[in-house]
Amino acid sequence: MTARFFWIEVKDCFEHVSAKSGHEVISMTKKQKKVLYRIIIAAVLMVGLYFVPAEGYVKFALYLIPYFVIGYDILRKAALGILHGEVFDENFLMAVATVGAMLLGVYNESRGMEGEFSEGVAVMLFYQIGELFQAVAVGRSRRNISALMDIRPDYANVEDENGNLQQVDPEDVETGTVILVRPGEKVPIDGVVLEGTSSLNTAALTGESAPREITAGDEVISGCVNITGLLKIRTTKEFGESTVAKILDLVENSSMKKARTENFITKFAKYYTPAVCYSALALAVIPSVVNLIMGNPANWSTWIIRALTFLVISCPCALVISIPLSFFGGIGGASACGILVKGSNYLEALAKTKYVVFDKTGTLTKGVFEVIDICPSEEFSRSCAADPASGGASPRLVEYAAYAESYSTHPISKSLKKAYGQEIRPDRISQVEEIGGHGVTALVDGVQVAAGNEKLMKKLGISWQKNTGVGTVVHVAANGRYAGYILISDVVKEQSREAVAALKAAGVKKTVMLTGDSRTVAEHVAQKLGLDQVKSELLPAGKVEAVEELLGEKQPREMLAFVGDGINDAPVLSRADIGVAMGALGSDAAIEAADIVLMDDNPMKLALAIRISRKCLRIVTENIVFALTVKALCLVLGALGMANMWVAIFADVGVMVLAVLNAVRCLRAGK
Amino acid sequence: MKKTYKIEVDCANCALKMEEAAKKVEGVQEASVSFMTQKMKVEFAEGADERAVMQNVRKACKKVEDDCEIFLD
Repeated sequence: MTARFFWIEVKDCFEHVSAKSGHEVISMTKKQKKVLYRIIIAAVLMVGLYFVPAEGYVKFALYLIPYFVIGYDILRKAALGILHGEVFDENFLMAVATVGAMLLGVYNESRGMEGEFSEGVAVMLFYQIGELFQAVAVGRSRRNISALMDIRPDYANVEDENGNLQQVDPEDVETGTVILVRPGEKVPIDGVVLEGTSSLNTAALTGESAPREITAGDEVISGCVNITGLLKIRTTKEFGESTVAKILDLVENSSMKKARTENFITKFAKYYTPAVCYSALALAVIPSVVNLIMGNPANWSTWIIRALTFLVISCPCALVISIPLSFFGGIGGASACGILVKGSNYLEALAKTKYVVFDKTGTLTKGVFEVIDICPSEEFSRSCAADPASGGASPRLVEYAAYAESYSTHPISKSLKKAYGQEIRPDRISQVEEIGGHGVTALVDGVQVAAGNEKLMKKLGISWQKNTGVGTVVHVAANGRYAGYILISDVVKEQSREAVAALKAAGVKKTVMLTGDSRTVAEHVAQKLGLDQVKSELLPAGKVEAVEELLGEKQPREMLAFVGDGINDAPVLSRADIGVAMGALGSDAAIEAADIVLMDDNPMKLALAIRISRKCLRIVTENIVFALTVKALCLVLGALGMANMWVAIFADVGVMVLAVLNAVRCLRAGK
Repeated sequence: MKKTYKIEVDCANCALKMEEAAKKVEGVQEASVSFMTQKMKVEFAEGADERAVMQNVRKACKKVEDDCEIFLD
């Protein structure tokens, strides 16, 4: 697996270098190319020197050429570091190790033995190869992530006074400007559609491939791609306030909030490097001195070479680079799935989620009312059965209710109209009378229709049937006789049940639902979804209290995530360990208040986010354990003299390369 | 006031050093460097002259990591 990735990386490097194109996007920066040429020159020189029969100081002088070609910048940085009091860094380690190795060669020559100069050059050479590889790999993953988030619009089409289209910078478009978006173009700024119908591809924002149908009057979000029709849009925001700008800002800043593991490594490196340097010094001096005291030969050169090997092995690069890279890759991989994570710290916390608290409306349910049951009374059914023109009792009942409520804009009446499914003809209805808090009466096709709640039936002196379902009931009467009721309810999302089960499978201990809704509705939904606990009839402040109660209940290492739709949830989102806003397309408040934003309405994404976070942390742990184990092993071998410089080079560069390749896997964590 | 600057830095450790150095500059309240996005975010202290402060930040960073660059526009 890793070998394959390595091959791909290496192949890509060569392809990009050989492409050598000045204007295309190339994989290496100028600086990196320069290093590559230096590596090639130094490598060729080294191979050449192997065949040159030079001896003694001439050989040393010849080896100095590739040494300086490959290492001059490291030596310079090490010198500058010492001047500025920043002694212990990897440049210093490398400089001391290689200069030491070269001097040891000279020392051996001076005593008439054959000096070894190739090791010092090789260490420098491989160190540079490792650094170059790391820089290229990091650059590549950076570009991969930006490609995933390729939602930045380049221009907006604005009509000038002569009616000609002009392409302008989205940042220059003022709020309220009319812009045109052609098929294939990105919507540059949030706005409202004035003319045109089309499908929008929201995949770049949500990871969802199903297109979204829009028509005049609908709000559109920047970053979507217009697929089919020409759209005329009036902008409602400036570019900087638009969804696309906010998302880009969020993703770009996400690596600024560092995870605990990252901070740990920083601190670790601070103590680790000096500790290693002093150990190496001790290794070089103490055994020889002890030998001298004991009256044995001191063996200075043996112990010095061991100390130098020790230094090369100990370089902390593998950890320092691979951990931020892992988190960054995880955040990038998550954003490709429509999950925006605001910082590595949240990605880290997500893996420890044990409590998930949901808001009901808009999170587990669609937040849209729908007719879920139609119950005509027996009498009404009989009369409809007798009249073939009625088209059946249930459709008739809905038709009456939809007509009676047709002048209302209440969500209930919208759902009735939707259930009716046909156009309302105003000429069929007259004498509409709304009775506040009760319902409506109207004359539909000459039939006196009353539609409303129990209070309306009571007021009209009509006996009604008690309903058994959960939701809002609309009773309907025709010509003073009870015709039946229609049950309307907020519909549970199809994925909610599965999502709760997936969270349980991902190790979440407790799932809780909070809602302002009535107890019966809440308990019905909770039971249907398999939630552990439900708190109903809560005011917004009550939600904060409920979350605080749960926060007090849990262990400190367990994390509590609150999932809401971002509307009126801001206090709870910020109070929870991890605030998750769902369906954030269009809700600015959610993007601001939440730590994690699920771009579409699918609650399954939370379980996916937890899985990505787990995988990412597993990779981080793998890298820490792997790097430290190999290094510790090589350090011991080096101190005992069983590992030479070549093993040391593997322990440094090899481990770093493997750790980086492993870290790059985080990018694919969501797949 | 907060501002984000594009930077060029070669290694993660150097980025950390830059962050440490920038934080110590007078007029900087908080600084954060992202090696991955090659960006530096600086929060200035109240009343600080952003240009002058950034010149000092750049100098301080050059001192700890000599081939880094902060692009001040």
